[in-house]
Amino acid sequence: MRMGFLWKTLKNGIFAENPTFKMVLGMCPTLAVTTAAATGAWMGVAVIFVLAMANMVVSLIRDFIPDKIRIPCFVVVIASFVTMADLLLKAYQPDIHAKLGIFVPLIVVNCIILARAETFASKYSVIPSIVDGLGMGLGFTAALTILGSIRELLGAGTIFGFQVMPAAYEPAVVMILPPGGFLTLGFVLGFINLMGKRKKGVC
Amino acid sequence: MKKLTNLVVTSSPHLRSGADVEKMMWHVNLALLPAVLLGVYYFGLRALAIILLAITAAVATEGIIQKVTGGDVFISDGSAVVTGLLLGLNLPVNVPLWLPVVGSVFAIAVVKEAFGGLGNNFMNPALAARAVLLAAWPVHMTAYALPFIDGITHATPLAVLDGTAQGTLPGYLDLFIGNVGGVIGETSALALLAGGLYLLIKDVIDWQIPLGFLGSVFLLTYIFGGEGLFNGDPLYHLLAGGLMLGAFYMATDYVTSPVTRRGRLIMGIGAGTITVLIRLWGGYPEGVTFGILLMNIVTPLIDRYTIPRVYGTEGKKGLRR
Repeated sequence: MRMGFLWKTLKNGIFAENPTFKMVLGMCPTLAVTTAAATGAWMGVAVIFVLAMANMVVSLIRDFIPDKIRIPCFVVVIASFVTMADLLLKAYQPDIHAKLGIFVPLIVVNCIILARAETFASKYSVIPSIVDGLGMGLGFTAALTILGSIRELLGAGTIFGFQVMPAAYEPAVVMILPPGGFLTLGFVLGFINLMGKRKKGVC
Repeated sequence: MKKLTNLVVTSSPHLRSGADVEKMMWHVNLALLPAVLLGVYYFGLRALAIILLAITAAVATEGIIQKVTGGDVFISDGSAVVTGLLLGLNLPVNVPLWLPVVGSVFAIAVVKEAFGGLGNNFMNPALAARAVLLAAWPVHMTAYALPFIDGITHATPLAVLDGTAQGTLPGYLDLFIGNVGGVIGETSALALLAGGLYLLIKDVIDWQIPLGFLGSVFLLTYIFGGEGLFNGDPLYHLLAGGLMLGAFYMATDYVTSPVTRRGRLIMGIGAGTITVLIRLWGGYPEGVTFGILLMNIVTPLIDRYTIPRVYGTEGKKGLRR
């Protein structure tokens, strides 16, 4: 029963309540860092770390946080882990850190993390909270990697830096510019909604 | 008393002009014919190939999408032909041959059909596709050719005027008949004006948008275009670039321009003002595309603020609900 609940929590974040494709949260990093598959994936990894750790700590101290100032308390916890993620990336992945730029510190104000702290971690015990953080983080990572791969494939002819398109393909630069982000997100969202409706037999 | 049995009560409209989408669209195609002919004359048969490829791809995409989504196929209404034709006229002659195909597929599939097909697109499909192609393959899209010369790219008069390129400025006559560098369909003001007049006479378009567009460009370039104020060369700005093509054929697209005459005047002036802003102070030498696209987006807002007073209601008070 308990394992079943944890498994369901994990899957919930990846599929049923995928933060990007189902809840449409955290659009700013989604559109900004998916110019390549690698930057999208690393952004996701940073968010997995922050989500899981912040959820854990918020869940641990949930009984001591006064209700009226809970949001500032969450932000302090989240900001601590974002600082760690920022420094770790800078130390071990300086190239990626330079590409992600301001969007790593901006994870502090990412609505996915605040939303999970508010709706999940402050209500459940430690283990489910960590699992929820991992699930949501994995869902976010998967979404960003998919978007980044599509944009990199069309905009540069590569995926994770490997040449995929034949040499005759001329990259459409627009796909790695901001309009390409909106176009890709719109089409992937539309495709997922269409698949969902097909599954339910609506259309 | 005799009974009036043949009186039928219906709602308006009671008088029909016989105009429908099909007729209007074929009028536009006909009006663009001089520009096509002159474009082919100046740039050679490759220009014709590009235009035909763009049209074929647009019509095929429209037909396939309408078939697949299970609706009726309306390709005979000519709207896809207009889109393909306008896109083809908006490309430099030396682009690779896949470029017009990609552009037409984008125009029809993404800008038009994805939003619900004819009447539901929020932007002019041909112009939106041109803007995307410009952002996607800037090198191909700015390799403008000079008439009668194969394979050599050349700066457009506006790029020279803007200082972003070196070259000599062609004279007014060359500009008027189209003997200058540029995309296939924009160079000849003469052909475009002839087609534009045809559309005005046939009542396909109103005079408000072209006049507002050309008028505001004329006035603003005269005031701000030169050294100091009131020292510009407005005629040059009218004749150069894609202004004629945009003002008569693109900005007047029914779907993406305001319904009321007052609104159309506002749209024309707005597009002209943005064009001049980009031409004189912006990063691009030409601003017609973005001027029209931006005004396309505010068209619903213009429509909302220019609702005519309903007959029998009080002035401004009656409008507020």
